[in-house]
Amino acid sequence: MTRHRLLRWTAGLAATGLALAALVLWLNLRGEAPLAPDPNPPAVADAATMARGAYLARAGNCAGCHTARGGAPYAGGRGIATPFGTVMAGNLTPDVSGLGGWTAAQFRRALWHGRSADGRLLVPAFPYTHFTQVTRADADALWAYLRSLPPVAQANAPHALRWPYGSQAALAVWRALFFRPVAGASAAAPAGADARLLRGAYLVNGLGHCSACHGSRNVLGGSGALGGEGGGSTLPGQRWQAPSLTDPQQLAMGQRSAAELVQLLQTGLSDRAAVMGPMADVVADSTQHLHTDDLQAMVAYLQSLAPPATPAPAQPPREARVMDRGRQLYADHCVACHGAQGQGAPGIYPALARNPAVTLPDPANLVQAITGGGFPPGTAGNPRPYGMPAFDLPHDDLAALATWLRASWGHDAAAVTPVQVLLAR
Amino acid sequence: MRRALALAGALLATPAIAADTPLAVPDTLAQRLQPCMACHGAQGRASRDGYLPRIAGKPAGYLYQQLLHFRDGRRQNATMARLLAQQTDAYLREMAGYFAALDLPHAAPTPSPAPTALLARGQVLAQQGDAARQLPACSACHGTRFTGVQPALPGLLGLPRDYLIGQLGAWQTGQRHAQAPDCMAQIAKRLTPDDIGAVAAWLAAQPVPPAAQADATAPGPVPLRCGSTDHPPP
Repeated sequence: MTRHRLLRWTAGLAATGLALAALVLWLNLRGEAPLAPDPNPPAVADAATMARGAYLARAGNCAGCHTARGGAPYAGGRGIATPFGTVMAGNLTPDVSGLGGWTAAQFRRALWHGRSADGRLLVPAFPYTHFTQVTRADADALWAYLRSLPPVAQANAPHALRWPYGSQAALAVWRALFFRPVAGASAAAPAGADARLLRGAYLVNGLGHCSACHGSRNVLGGSGALGGEGGGSTLPGQRWQAPSLTDPQQLAMGQRSAAELVQLLQTGLSDRAAVMGPMADVVADSTQHLHTDDLQAMVAYLQSLAPPATPAPAQPPREARVMDRGRQLYADHCVACHGAQGQGAPGIYPALARNPAVTLPDPANLVQAITGGGFPPGTAGNPRPYGMPAFDLPHDDLAALATWLRASWGHDAAAVTPVQVLLAR
Repeated sequence: MRRALALAGALLATPAIAADTPLAVPDTLAQRLQPCMACHGAQGRASRDGYLPRIAGKPAGYLYQQLLHFRDGRRQNATMARLLAQQTDAYLREMAGYFAALDLPHAAPTPSPAPTALLARGQVLAQQGDAARQLPACSACHGTRFTGVQPALPGLLGLPRDYLIGQLGAWQTGQRHAQAPDCMAQIAKRLTPDDIGAVAAWLAAQPVPPAAQADATAPGPVPLRCGSTDHPPP
């Protein structure tokens, strides 16, 4: 009798396991056409296609990950920190150690379905979850451009991921949970949708893969949506936070001037903000190279996602002692460049009044900016940036200065404690 | 200016404060390069009491190559890498030219606490080298006065002892690289820890001569091929 029950349980478990495995397998293969010899191989690319491919590579900032510091462009070798270990970006140049042996169809399958040429699953640090939206024509133009790069012999280094995250089985389960391929089709366009918004959505959600940093991720690294409240994430291996682009309590893009946001993406500096940290890399390597109408489309799309502003709950009064200290520190260290009213100097030093980095719920970026200083990225629009010295102030002083900044000029953001400073610097 | 005024108008509640509004920011490299001064001293004149090197007056070619090395990972310093990560070659060249053109007096060195025998050994290495160990004199490349040679060989005087030790050590361990062939790496790897201590102590204790600009030409035939002078970046 007992043996009978054990058998029944074993059979049941085995059947369930098989069914789950079949489900994962099916979820991994759905929407994926067999990789037959390409019936319609892209013709030898003309100069215009090549130029478009180069532009699209900028829009996707491929070189941002696939170039080691000081290394040959697109030759890979850069380690990307993730919560699961380090992912090593591969060589994209047409050498045999890179994409030399690949076909256009294999490249397209990598973008759309996250598979390597040999069919193995790629890790989702390569944002195929976004690139699955890249159109066939754009995928082929990118391929044509990558084929035109000078081949660089540089073998790909293995990832250093903790078990089991890098295993094919774990990747298959992850994909079953979090990946839905669309193979070049963008999300269904609502009838009568504005062409500019569609273009913006295509760039932001496809090649731009903005939500890879600016969306929230769950504990398994599944990417959340870009829109709505909340969102944003602290970048692995970094002290910087990528704020939500839509939350009215964070960057509040819906409430900002579109022209200013375009200027920020184009030059790295606007009257109200300077990009620093990882976003400075994005502006320098990607967005400064995009056409103004594409940037306008991206900004329009992002602004369309933003919910209307909701008044934040008023903060309790700050300690007078802390505010006095903060005011004094501002007068000693900051006022010469940022002005008595936090007004900055247009085109030179960003304003701090109504600068979103000052009032983000998480003060990490404000603390990073003060303690590290630095230059905005050097761009065609701002080739010789004015820099900010690092101010290595004690925790208490930094907390007081940040608290004062977050309560001045109409700001009403939560006070910053010395412990928050300690964790953020 | 008009934009600044308009902005001020929008922001300021009282006209009394508006008077102090638009900020006058000088359009100078000294102003643009404020982050450098925070560590390298006002006008890049760091004294030899700390660790960080003085950059004012070093040859422009040398400074430009170091900026490229820091940005591109051939020299390791997290602060320098972060500051330079997204700056263009053209701006780095301009930064190098700015600091190279500064001609500012040096303070007299404080007397070295190092033993006389150590300083004497350092002096021999610096001025004569050690032929038996294939060690050229520092002066063979860096100039008989140790004030460097244009355009890419830095002067060795007026620098902190700890900085000099740190650099020779970094070359030994592969933390610092120069353009290949990396002659300083070859030399540093032939030095013992005692050699490094001696030569750094002696160099750091020397006064900087009044006209401390780098020499225009090398003192003689170079003992080793060096990428930094043979193949400078374009």
